[in-house]
Amino acid sequence: MAAEQHATTGLNAGDRLRLGLASRTLEGRNKILGFWFFLGGESILFASLFATFLVLRHQTGDGPKPEELFGYGLVFVLTFLLITSSLTSIFAVNAMERGNARVTAGWLGVTIALGLGFLLLQIYEFYHYVHEGLGYTTSAFASSFYTLVGFHGFHVAFGLCWLTAVTVQVVQNGVNVVNAPKIFISTLYWHFVDVVWMFIFTVVYLMGSLGV
Amino acid sequence: MAKKLEEIAYPASPALGTAKRQGFWGWLYQWLTTVDHKRIGLIYMAIGIFYLGVGGIQALMMRVQLASPENEIFTGNFFNQLFTMHGTNMIFFAAMPLIFGLFNYIVPIQIGARDVAFPFMNALSVWLTFFGALLLNITWFFGDAPAAGWFAYVPLGLKELSPGPGMDFFVLGLQIAGFGTLMGAINFIVTILNMRAPGMTLMRMPLFTWTALISSALVLFGFPPLTVGLFLYSFERIFGGIFFDPALGGNPVLWQHLFWIFGHPEVYIVILPAFGIVSEVVATFSNKRVFGYPTMVIAIVLIGFIGFGVWIHHMFTVGLGAMVNAIFAVATMLIGIPTGIKVFNWLFTMWGGQLRFTTPMLFAVGFIPTFVIAGVTGVMLASAPADYQYQDTYFVIAHFHYTLFGGTVFGVLAAIYYWFPKMFGRMLHEGLGKINFWTMFIGFHLTFFPMHFSGLFGMPRRVYTYNAGVGLEFFNLLSTIGAFVMAFSTLLLLANIIYGFTRGEKASNDPWGTGRTLEWSVPSPVPEYNFAQTPLVRGLDAWWLEKMEGKNRMPVAEPLRPIHMPSSSILPFIMAFGVFVAGFALIFHHYYLTLIGLGILGIAMVVRSMNDDEGYHIPVEEIRAVEGEGS
Repeated sequence: MAAEQHATTGLNAGDRLRLGLASRTLEGRNKILGFWFFLGGESILFASLFATFLVLRHQTGDGPKPEELFGYGLVFVLTFLLITSSLTSIFAVNAMERGNARVTAGWLGVTIALGLGFLLLQIYEFYHYVHEGLGYTTSAFASSFYTLVGFHGFHVAFGLCWLTAVTVQVVQNGVNVVNAPKIFISTLYWHFVDVVWMFIFTVVYLMGSLGV
Repeated sequence: MAKKLEEIAYPASPALGTAKRQGFWGWLYQWLTTVDHKRIGLIYMAIGIFYLGVGGIQALMMRVQLASPENEIFTGNFFNQLFTMHGTNMIFFAAMPLIFGLFNYIVPIQIGARDVAFPFMNALSVWLTFFGALLLNITWFFGDAPAAGWFAYVPLGLKELSPGPGMDFFVLGLQIAGFGTLMGAINFIVTILNMRAPGMTLMRMPLFTWTALISSALVLFGFPPLTVGLFLYSFERIFGGIFFDPALGGNPVLWQHLFWIFGHPEVYIVILPAFGIVSEVVATFSNKRVFGYPTMVIAIVLIGFIGFGVWIHHMFTVGLGAMVNAIFAVATMLIGIPTGIKVFNWLFTMWGGQLRFTTPMLFAVGFIPTFVIAGVTGVMLASAPADYQYQDTYFVIAHFHYTLFGGTVFGVLAAIYYWFPKMFGRMLHEGLGKINFWTMFIGFHLTFFPMHFSGLFGMPRRVYTYNAGVGLEFFNLLSTIGAFVMAFSTLLLLANIIYGFTRGEKASNDPWGTGRTLEWSVPSPVPEYNFAQTPLVRGLDAWWLEKMEGKNRMPVAEPLRPIHMPSSSILPFIMAFGVFVAGFALIFHHYYLTLIGLGILGIAMVVRSMNDDEGYHIPVEEIRAVEGEGS
């Protein structure tokens, strides 16, 4: 019957309960849809940065070349940390759907720890390259490399702050329809950052170390 | 546990911060903290009209300089600064805010919603636009202004050739405003997709809302390349990175690509809403349903889609090769097809209608032939070989002023006259409005039509003077006279707005009598909550359908009950201010101050994230009181 339907969504109460915890309120569904569009814009942003890097990566000038700098060891650890953190964030969302606040907060904590490991290693990596003679202003390759990978690193750092804020709320308020969408979209963001890293791994490190 | 939380109880009294304050400061505080889409729309429009004035004065100064050959009033670099600031202000801080203001005010009402999807983010968008515009325009007070054109080609805009802080103000001002625009776009898309009233299917949406949806999609995918381009620009200028400078291994064409991948969709971002406005106005004053509604929708979507595949036509003479030029030339000409469909649909809507030439209708009808001229010169410019001849002449200026002024500005003026009664509950003066239209229409063509000829006779863009005796004096004098006629007309508009505020005739719900869409079913001015009860939509032109069945109100989809509203907040203003401080400090290399600015932003974000806005409820008695007044 029309009268039982929610005014702005047309869903009745039963339909709403069948939805996941994160999409049960209109605010939640708005956040999730809006966030997907935000990721669409972010994809274009990173596509532009990748294009910049691809145009400029052979302009090494007098500075070090990518095949002299990049090794697989550090990049392997970075990739391992970030992909694992994506998996643990999925565990957190699963626990959230079951309404288990403690497990949710726990897995979010593990995600944050892995992400923090990634970020610290990346800072070490940059430090290492600077010592090898690759400063930000050394060459067009250096500038575009630091900008692309640095933008990704900034996204990781922002994601860590965000996940921390969400975790605090889970610890304080448990899991409910207000913070479920926040948990969900913060992990979406985290997956996106992970996907971008896969492209960075291929385009920057793999192609770079092979000298393609 | 989750079930219980489904029904979170909201406090019935206004939340903290919305308590009534008195006097001027109370009034100001209300506007600074508002999250109401209607007020935010009006702030956007005020920003737009202000910078329309600023950009207009800059245009007048250029026309004064060009009135006669070998003039010496505004010459050299100052002239370069004038055309740079004119273009930048008009596109980013006049056209965009006016369009976004109209989206904000009208779209939620047209789809039967009470607000946008993210009211808080909406406020953040408008304040970022405000501070971005402010940051760019205070450049004059620091002894320098950007002078590399609105597209800021490199290496001209880099440190070596533009050593002053002007270009830094340009880059950071646009960056800050761009973030606001991007957030606004996401907000409109989600609002339109998720918040429509029951029965308002996509193919029943008013055409203005359709253009809002597609324009927002263009912003979403068009602005990120600009964001990246501006980041690279600022890193190159401020931190010495190497991206664009060819002497150091950078690539200047990269900037051109990043800029125009944004820049061409931008043209459609500001023209599509004008198409939407004209569709609404023409249908209302022909008293007919718009002709070919589905083809109108398809045309809007197609223009938006093809709009991403034409940016190289700004770069035909760069030398990317014959094949690339040919593909983009054909794609550009293709856009003429959906646009032509729209033009014929407007004409067929008027055909056999009960036409009433009110002021908004005059602007809409004036728009049609003007825009057709713009389209014709557009196709001329799209043929790459001929473009080598037109390139960098006044012919190009004539073309894009026919699209942006004859298109966007005429559309926006039609919208102002059309929706002013809805926004303020008072009518503008029709007689004054008609004089406003005719002076604007004649002044416009007097200014820009001769530019086709001065351009074809070889007058180059962005040069502050020209020689006597080469046949350019007459056309330039006409253009200057026309510019002053338009300036006079703009003053008439302002006078009319003041008249409307103070003495305008009171407007009813549906002051034009033939309103078709939902905004004409609610009181003028629109109450804070838009709809006392969410309307039930039964077809295209929902309000007109009900009127045709002899009803004077919309059927409703919910009982009268307390309405939940979001609380107002000062945080968006503080966040935008923090970003402004950070940008300003970056220009002068005060990095600690930059960190303080970003810190203000960060703290405000954490405060926002940690405190869920519970909002408040408007009680039924209050709604009854307001609605009783309105009808």
